[in-house]
Amino acid sequence: MEYTILILLLPFVSFLVLGLAGMKLRPVAAGVIGTAVVAVVAAVSYCTAFEYFFVAGRDAAGLYPTLIPWNGVWLPISATLHIDLGILLDPISVMMLVVISTVSLMVHIYSFGYMKGERGFQRYYAFLSLFTMSMMGLVVATNIFQMYLFWELVGVSSYLLIGFYYTKKEAIAASKKAFIVTRFADLGFLVGILFYGYYAGTFSFTPDAKLLVAAGGMIPLALGLMFIGGAGKSAMFPLHIWLPDAMEGPTPVSALIHAATMVVAGVYLVARMFPLFVGYAPEVLHGTAYIGAFTALYAAVVACVQSDIKRVLAFSTISQIGFMIVSLGVCTSTDPHAGGLGYMASMFHLFTHALFKALLFLGAGAIIHAVHSNEMSAMGGLRRYMPLTHATFLVACLAIAGIWPLSGFFSKDEILTACFAFSPVMGWVMTAIAGLTAFYMFRLYYNIFWGRENRELHAAHTPHEAPWTMTLPLLILAAATLVAGWIPFGRGISSNGEAYTIHIDGSVAAVSLCVAVAGIALATWMYAREKQPVADRLAETFSGLHRAAYHRFYIDEVYQFITHRVIFACISTPIAWFDRHVVDGVMNLLATATHGAAYAVREMQSGSVQRYCIWMLCGALGLTILVLIIC
Amino acid sequence: MDYTNLFPYMQAEITLIAVIVLIFLFDLFAGARARRQFPALVAGLLLVQLLVNILPHGSGELFGGMFRYEAMHGVVKSILTVGTLLVCLQATPWLRREDTRHKQGEFYVLTLSTLLGMFFMIGAGNFLMFFLGLELASVPMACLVAFDKYKGHSAEAGAKYILCALFASGLMLYGVSFLYGTTGTLYFDDVAQRLDGSPLEVMALVFFFAGLAFKISLVPFHLWTADTYQGAPTAVTAYLSVVSKGAAAFTLMTILVKVFGPMVASWQTVLYTVTVLSITVANLFAIRQKNLKRFFAFSSISQAGYIMLAVIDGSAFGMTSLVFYVLVYLAANLAAFGVIASIEQHSGKVGIEDYNGLYRTNPRLTVVMTLALFSLAGIPPFAGFFSKFFVFAAAFRNGFHLLVFIALLNTVISLYYYLLIVKAMYINPSEHPIPAFRSERGVRISLVCCLAGVLLLGVVSAVYDGINAFSFGL
Repeated sequence: MEYTILILLLPFVSFLVLGLAGMKLRPVAAGVIGTAVVAVVAAVSYCTAFEYFFVAGRDAAGLYPTLIPWNGVWLPISATLHIDLGILLDPISVMMLVVISTVSLMVHIYSFGYMKGERGFQRYYAFLSLFTMSMMGLVVATNIFQMYLFWELVGVSSYLLIGFYYTKKEAIAASKKAFIVTRFADLGFLVGILFYGYYAGTFSFTPDAKLLVAAGGMIPLALGLMFIGGAGKSAMFPLHIWLPDAMEGPTPVSALIHAATMVVAGVYLVARMFPLFVGYAPEVLHGTAYIGAFTALYAAVVACVQSDIKRVLAFSTISQIGFMIVSLGVCTSTDPHAGGLGYMASMFHLFTHALFKALLFLGAGAIIHAVHSNEMSAMGGLRRYMPLTHATFLVACLAIAGIWPLSGFFSKDEILTACFAFSPVMGWVMTAIAGLTAFYMFRLYYNIFWGRENRELHAAHTPHEAPWTMTLPLLILAAATLVAGWIPFGRGISSNGEAYTIHIDGSVAAVSLCVAVAGIALATWMYAREKQPVADRLAETFSGLHRAAYHRFYIDEVYQFITHRVIFACISTPIAWFDRHVVDGVMNLLATATHGAAYAVREMQSGSVQRYCIWMLCGALGLTILVLIIC
Repeated sequence: MDYTNLFPYMQAEITLIAVIVLIFLFDLFAGARARRQFPALVAGLLLVQLLVNILPHGSGELFGGMFRYEAMHGVVKSILTVGTLLVCLQATPWLRREDTRHKQGEFYVLTLSTLLGMFFMIGAGNFLMFFLGLELASVPMACLVAFDKYKGHSAEAGAKYILCALFASGLMLYGVSFLYGTTGTLYFDDVAQRLDGSPLEVMALVFFFAGLAFKISLVPFHLWTADTYQGAPTAVTAYLSVVSKGAAAFTLMTILVKVFGPMVASWQTVLYTVTVLSITVANLFAIRQKNLKRFFAFSSISQAGYIMLAVIDGSAFGMTSLVFYVLVYLAANLAAFGVIASIEQHSGKVGIEDYNGLYRTNPRLTVVMTLALFSLAGIPPFAGFFSKFFVFAAAFRNGFHLLVFIALLNTVISLYYYLLIVKAMYINPSEHPIPAFRSERGVRISLVCCLAGVLLLGVVSAVYDGINAFSFGL
C-alpha cells in the first residue's frame, strides 16, 4: 500500500503552493486547489481503509496485521535507538485516516461559504492543508518521536488558525494561550519520550519486554509524563483552559481541529500506547480515568450555564473527550471480554463523536453566519428561518444525548458498560454525566431554535438558510450520524485485535436511555417555551453557584494569579534584572573589549608585502620555538 | 612500468586534463557565435567530469608511490569540482562583460589548471609531487587574481599574492629540505617511518606547515588574504575562499596524519596556537570591515580556524568532520559570494553600507544572503550548525576543552558581525538602496544549488554518513 504516502505528500504540496503562491491566486482558485487535494486524500484514505480491512484482511492468527508500507531511518542515535519517519497502518490509524479526511473534506467545502470574502482566504486554505498533513502524519506515525514531531506541527497549525483573524485582540490572545498551554504540556510529553527512549532503548511502539521489566518504575513515569502531553492537547482538567478560548478562530476550524481531530490526539496517544499502559502501568491508566471523569463532570456543569453557543460546544467537547479517556482508563486487560472493552468503546466514541460534533459546530457556524452573533440572546425561534440547519442540528443533539438509534447511543452505551464493569461508582457517575449532557445540549437546542426569540433583531435582519456549500456538509454529516452506530465497529477494532461483536447490555442501555430522556424532558420543561420561569428562578436561587459555573469556576483566574503574581513577580522579574544587568553587562564588557582589541591589532594589516613576509617568518620561527619548549 | 591501474586511480586527473584541452581548443577555434555558449559548454563538461568520477573506488598507488588514490580523495575531488562548477556559473555575467569577454577561455583554463594542481596535491605520495601540485595550484591562481589587469587593485592583489606565495613556498621547501636531510627520502611512507622528532624535524614540520597555512590563510600566515580578496575579481575571491582553502585543508590533514603521525604532539601544539590566533584575530578584524569582500576574507580566516579543530583530532572522525565542514562551508560561502558578485555586477557596490535596505528592493537575494550568513554563523537548523557541531565534537573528545571554549566564545562574536549584515539588509534605512534587478540564469542556478546545500546538508544524514564511510585517520 505504498500509495498511502500520497496522504502526507499531497496536503504538504498544497500547503507549499498555497502558502507561497496563494496570494497570487484568486481566492476561489486557492479554495478549489485545497479542496480538490483533500478530496483526493479522502479518496486515498477510503481506498486504504477498504484495502486494509477487506482486501488484505486478517492474517493467519486472525488479527489485522500492522503494516509499515514506508519507513526510513531519519536520525540514528545508536544501533537500536533511532528516529524513523514512516507510515504505520493498523486498525486505529486507518480508522483515524477515514475520520480526519472526511471531516477535513467537509470543512473544506463548508469554508467556501463560511469564509467567503474574508481577507486571507488563500492563507486560510494553506493552513488547513498544513493541518491536514500534520494530523495525518501524527496518526500514521511509526514511532513515538515521529508522533511528537507531527504533534507539534498540529499545535502550530492550530495556533495559526485560532489566530486567523489576527487583527482581533481576543483571537491573538486565544492563539497564544492555546499554544503556550499545550506547549507547556508537551514538555511533559517530550521528557516522557526521552525517558522512554532511554529505558526501553527504542522509540518504537513495540519495545523489548525484557528492557521494560528491567526499567521498573521508570516506564510508568514515562507513560505518565506522556499523558501530560496528551492531557494538554485533549484539554483535560486542569489543562483545558485553552480550548474554550480557541473558539475565537473561524467556526469551521473549531469543527475540524477543536472538536473532531486534534483534540482527540491525546486519546489516540493513550490508545497507541495502550498495551504498555495496561501491561506496565495500570495504575497510571486508572489515574487517567479519574482525571477524565472529573473533567467530564466539570465541563458538563460549566456547559449548562454558558451563553455563547460555541463555548457550550467547546465544553461539551471537553466533556466528551473525558468520556473517551475514562473509557480507556477503566481497562484492566487487553481482552475485550474481560476488562478490555473500554478500548473499543473509546475508539468507537471517538469515531461517532467526530462526526456529530463536527456537525454541531458546522451547524453552529451556519447559525452564527445567519444572526452574526455567538450569543444565545440573539437567537431563539430560528427553526422557522433555517429548517435544514435545524433538522441536522437536532439529529446531532439526539446523537450526543445518546438516543437510540443514533450513533452516540451505541458508543456511549459501550463506554458505560465498560465503566460499570470497572466499578459501579464509576458507572453511575458517568451515567449521571450522560444525563447532564442530554440536558445541556437540549438547553442549547431550545435556546437556539425555540424559546425566547429575539424578534427585534430578527425583524431588523431576517435570518436565512446558509448557502448550499454549507448545508451540503451538514446533510452528509447528519446522514453519517444516523447510520454510524450500526457499523460493526468491534469487528475491526478491539483491544487485542480479535473480532468483538458489540452487544447491547440491556440494563445499562435502559438506564442510560431513561437518563437521557429525563435530561431532555427537563430541558424541554425549562427552556422550550417563550417564558422560562423555572430557569430564571433557579439562576436566582443558586446565584452564587450559577455565577461560579458561568465563570468556569474561576480556573482561568487561578492561572492568572499563578502566572502573574507568583511566576512573573517572584521568578521572572529577578531573572530579568539579572539578565539586564549582569548578563548584558558582561556582554557589553566583552563587546567593548573586542572593539578595543580590534582597534589595537589594526597595524598588523598594513598593506606592505615586506611586512607580511616578516610576519610569516616570525610566525614560523615563533611556532618552532613554542613546540620545542612545550614538547 | 605498469599502466593498468592508471585509469581507476588517476581517472579524475586525466578527465580533467581532457576537459582543459577541450576548452583550450574551443577557445582557439570557436567562432563568435559558438563562443556565446562558452559558459554552458564549460558547465556541461565539468558536470560530465563530475559525474564520471563521482563514485569513489578502492585505493592504491601509481608510479612507484609518487601518486596515490584513496576513496576519500575521490570524495574531496568531487566536492572541489562542485565548488569550481558553481564558481564558473557565478562568473558568467562577469565574463560576458565588454572588457573580459575576449579572455573568458583563459579564465576557465586557468581555473581548471589550479583545480588540477589541487588534485595532484591531494593525491601526492611524495613531497616532490606534492610541491608540483601546489605550484600548479598557485601560479595560475596569481594570474586569476590579477585577471582585471588594467584595474590597479586587481593587479596589486595579484602581485601581493604571488610574492607571498613565493615566500611561503620558499619556507616550505626549506622545511622539506630539512626533512630530506634527516630521513634521506621524500616518499611519504618512508619519511613517516624514519621520523624521530629531532629539533630539526620540528623545524621542518613547522616550516612545511607554514607553506600550507599560507594557502589556508591561517594567522599569522594570513596577511595577504584581505588585500587579495578585496582586489581580486569576485568570482576568483569566491574560488580562493572555498576551493583553494578546502583542498589545502584536506591535504594538510592527510599529510599531518600520514607523514607526521609520529610527531602528533608537536603538530597538535602548532595547530592549537594557530587555531586560537586565527579565530580570534580574524574575528577582531572582521568587526571593523566596511567592504564586504574584505569582510568575507576575515570571515574565511576564522572559518579556517574552525576547520583546524577537525584537523587537530587526527582521527577518522576528524576527517569526516573536516570534509563535511568544507562541503557545508562551500555551500554557504558560495551562496554569499554569488549574491555579492551579482550585486557588484549590477550596481558596482561592495560596501556593507550599500546593502542598507536591500530587502525592500531585492528580497530574494536578501533571503539567500541571510540564510548563507546564518549557516556561516552556525545557527540551527541550517547546515552550518551541524558542521560546527561535528568539528567541536572532534576537538572536544581529544581533551581540548579550553580550545573548544575559546572557539565557542568566538562564534558569539562572529554571530555579531554576521548579523550586522543581516541588520543592514533588513533594518537600516537607505535613501538610495540598490535598485531591483533580476540576476542571470547561471547565477540563479548556482544560488539555488547553494541554498539547497545550506538547507539540506545538515538534515539529510546520508551525506554525513556517506563521507564517514570513506574517512581515515591516525
